[in-house]
Amino acid sequence: MNIVNFTPVSALTGGMLIGFSVFLFFILNGRMAGVSGIASNFLISKNNRIDNLLFLIGLILGPLIYSYFTNQKIEISITNSLFLLIGGGILVGLGTRISGGCTSGHGISGVGRFSLRSIIATITFMIVGILTVLIKNIL
Amino acid sequence: MNKLVALFCGTIFGIGLVISQMVNPAKVLGFLNVFGEWDPSLAFVMIGALIISSPLFHLFKNKEKPIFSTSFSISENKEIDKRLIFGSILFGAGWGLAGLCPGPAISSIALLNISSVTFVFSMFIGFYIASKIN
Repeated sequence: MNIVNFTPVSALTGGMLIGFSVFLFFILNGRMAGVSGIASNFLISKNNRIDNLLFLIGLILGPLIYSYFTNQKIEISITNSLFLLIGGGILVGLGTRISGGCTSGHGISGVGRFSLRSIIATITFMIVGILTVLIKNIL
Repeated sequence: MNKLVALFCGTIFGIGLVISQMVNPAKVLGFLNVFGEWDPSLAFVMIGALIISSPLFHLFKNKEKPIFSTSFSISENKEIDKRLIFGSILFGAGWGLAGLCPGPAISSIALLNISSVTFVFSMFIGFYIASKIN
């Protein structure tokens, strides 16, 4: 193991903002912010559809507002393999709805409430994610 | 008011994802690459989120109702079953394949990157299939 590209300060700062957003959504609207739940409910349920859409629009506005005020271009590096994007996307969509949460719903909202269910889900998807990257690197 | 809160919370969440660089799949894949060149940043994002949200959740958990709504709607599901494990395995595999999970994937649409859009579209197909088999 070699530690590379580690950015602890920006990671902690960004994480704290995410935690604050999750808390506000809970104390103001009474809901737990899990992005997979919000996005799939927007697609399949009429309940709170506008609220869910607005949360998703906010997610997209966030980077734009950040770029605008800091004058920084956001650089990302993402695969262009259709197999990885489509296969990965379908698995993420299916898996998060079968297990009832993703990195935010289980990993932050659930773990933050000490939900054993969410702790187990988080450990499971972390281990499988690590194994998937390991296998990808070997192939 | 609920709608304004939803937009505001989504925006703060999105800014957090950009500052922490979690919108960048390379950072996420770096975190999952524990046995190679490891980037521990994602763990610090989770720690940052939890040190804010967790104490606040516990401080207010006995509150009768939220400020702008009539009741809390929080999952009471405590069951640790096959669905939880099986779903988490599928999610972990998809996460490791592309380096994107739902929040960062949707935020990264802001960059108008065709790969992000392809991923999000596929993810919504996954949501739809899951809703049909439930």
